Amino acid sequence: MKNIYVDHAATTPVHPEVIEAMIPYMNEVYGNPSSIHTFGRKARRGLDEAREVLARALGCQYEEITFTSGGTEADNLAVIGYAMANRENGNHLITTQVEHHGVLHAFEFLEKNGFDVTYLPVNADGIVSVKDVENALTENTILVSIMYANNETGAVQPIQEIGAFLSEHQAVFHSDAVQAFGIERLDMNELNVDMLTVSSHKINGPKGVGVLAAKKELTIQPNLYGGEQERKRRAGTENIPGIIGLKKAVELMETTRNEKRALYKSLRETLLSRLQEADVNMLVNGSHEQVMPHILNVSFPGVNVESLLTNLDLDGVAASSGSACTAGSIEPSHVLAAMFEDSNRSQSALRFSFGYGNDLEQIEEVAKRTIKIVQRLQT
Amino acid sequence: MIYFDNSATTQPYKDVVETYTKVVQQYIGNPSSLHPLGRQAERLITQAREAVSSLLGVKSKEILFTSGGTEGNNLAIKGTAFRYRNRGRHLITTKVEHPSVYEAFQYLEGQGFEVTYLPVDKTGAVSVQKVKEALREDTILVSLIHVNNELGTVNPIQEVGRLLADYPKVLFHVDHVQGIGKVSLPFKGSGIDLCTVSGHKFHGLKGTGFLYLREGIWIDPLLHGGSQELRHRAGTENIAGAVSLAKALRLTLENQQNKTEKIKQLQGMIVNAVREIHGTHVNSMEDGAPHIIHFSVPGLKPEVLVQALAEEGIYVSTKSACSSKQSEPSRVLQETFRDEELAKSGIRVSLSYDNTEEEANTLITTLNRVIPELLEVVNI
Repeated sequence: MKNIYVDHAATTPVHPEVIEAMIPYMNEVYGNPSSIHTFGRKARRGLDEAREVLARALGCQYEEITFTSGGTEADNLAVIGYAMANRENGNHLITTQVEHHGVLHAFEFLEKNGFDVTYLPVNADGIVSVKDVENALTENTILVSIMYANNETGAVQPIQEIGAFLSEHQAVFHSDAVQAFGIERLDMNELNVDMLTVSSHKINGPKGVGVLAAKKELTIQPNLYGGEQERKRRAGTENIPGIIGLKKAVELMETTRNEKRALYKSLRETLLSRLQEADVNMLVNGSHEQVMPHILNVSFPGVNVESLLTNLDLDGVAASSGSACTAGSIEPSHVLAAMFEDSNRSQSALRFSFGYGNDLEQIEEVAKRTIKIVQRLQT
Repeated sequence: MIYFDNSATTQPYKDVVETYTKVVQQYIGNPSSLHPLGRQAERLITQAREAVSSLLGVKSKEILFTSGGTEGNNLAIKGTAFRYRNRGRHLITTKVEHPSVYEAFQYLEGQGFEVTYLPVDKTGAVSVQKVKEALREDTILVSLIHVNNELGTVNPIQEVGRLLADYPKVLFHVDHVQGIGKVSLPFKGSGIDLCTVSGHKFHGLKGTGFLYLREGIWIDPLLHGGSQELRHRAGTENIAGAVSLAKALRLTLENQQNKTEKIKQLQGMIVNAVREIHGTHVNSMEDGAPHIIHFSVPGLKPEVLVQALAEEGIYVSTKSACSSKQSEPSRVLQETFRDEELAKSGIRVSLSYDNTEEEANTLITTLNRVIPELLEVVNI
């Protein structure tokens, strides 16, 4: 039986062209970009070019791109780094209950350090309301962080609207756009965000690379000290091959974004309607309209997700219960807990996420195998 | 092309690049995922951890993979300081640390900690006696560089470790970034609690590294957001990076065994030749690390010499790459020699096990020609 990977929201396979682009920067252009000789300068040029590509992709300026070791580091740098550096302007922070742990745990850390944090609720679609943001805002609020798209449900937040509203307020606006990058067009100006996080390994780039795009006038306390790199926002010898890999992944994504979005949309619709047509008891978790096309989160009442995953494994389907960072052991999802009072719903929730290499035929197969297993487990 | 800037960064071994690309192609899962692809990835990173730990004679749970030396140093120093701040707020380091240690301490000074920056002797080394004198009731951390990244001076780590054995409340961190694979330092039995290593300094890849954290010690994380790396470091693991790092470490330690004599010989040749050139001053010590040769040409801007050599296809450096953007004199040299002219005109030649006698001879010939030429221009 052919194995099918539908867990692209956890991590994605690296695109062959990405690896190819990285290899010369490991074998030949291996200089340290901080070295002043030509050898270092060649590496510096690669770094500069990557920075330009990322700045264009995110609608910000060249010097607003900070390369990090991944999405978690970028989220931490934005949230902790901004709050710590600006606490004389206020002590209040706003986020949501459904953020990725890279954001959520950063806020919990700040709470321990004397900040007040408002964790906004979401509705049953997983969407935060603009009104709630407005109501939570005080004159002490210095930072609002709301993810672009949820990694478990795919629910898309009204970022642009919130951003427009916040532009009148001292609070800066950060958005974790890790799950939207590569599928949605992200433009910091259009979105009215001041800081944006993206990660390489979610868009067929290598692991160990991410980006924080942050307006240059913002003061951010670094997490890593020790060098002049990344305009002092992040010290350490730059991971050139990784950054070149990310650059290539972005270039590939830019040329294929529209067709990918269309493909994932059709995959999602196909899977959803196959499940709905079948004789299984099923609930969709998350918005039907405001949703990323590559994520489908469903609960099968009465089915324990652990046995469901085990059975899917045996049938060659790699899906997920929640976000990979909470997985390992299955803990109840904080995202679904925020959406529904019924804890059974979270215990029977399954996430399918599509990406590079998936096609309609595979998804028909995923539907068939899933339905068979759920029918068996629900009787 | 002759590359003598191996203390700035190194060319990854062919096998390291192959390992990296193979893992990237074959292991696509997230180690936190429960399905077989996730579990395969998880097993692989466990194997990498075991490989690294067995090479160093430590336990696998004592190895935390990081994104490099700067992260390792920041995690060790800030993580220890914040974790044990209720025990005391006094920290000890030296005046000649790498910027990633030095600036982490400067940050902590702004956070209510008191830092003693120990002076060094005329070789750039700190003395056990100085460490002892600086220890106080409220000292919680001593952090020392093992091999100085500019001068190659080796600090008496094991002696300090023995001293600190009598102070169980003081943790001992060692920045081993320049030392690993060049100057042996047993992780066990040296009294070390935390030890930083970076991959790209020994033919591993940039963006890889690890922190040794002795079993039983807990420090505050720098990155919050997941339970990876035994809760000490959140974020999806760079699996291929970790596996390639284990590979680089094994190859480097093999080379250390087989080729240390060879590069010592090259080092001796270069040092002797530089001494003979009029107007130069050799700064590195004979009992220093085998891969670093450091000298000054007072009166000559080091950038000029670096560029002149680069035109001949020879790559050396002025000082630490992490501070080479600043045109200030080297802090390390200044503290060691207290001579601004020497500190302003330093050149570092740093070897790898793959450098050859022929390359050393080319460097010597070129230096013999270029330095007098440049000095002549300066002195007109």
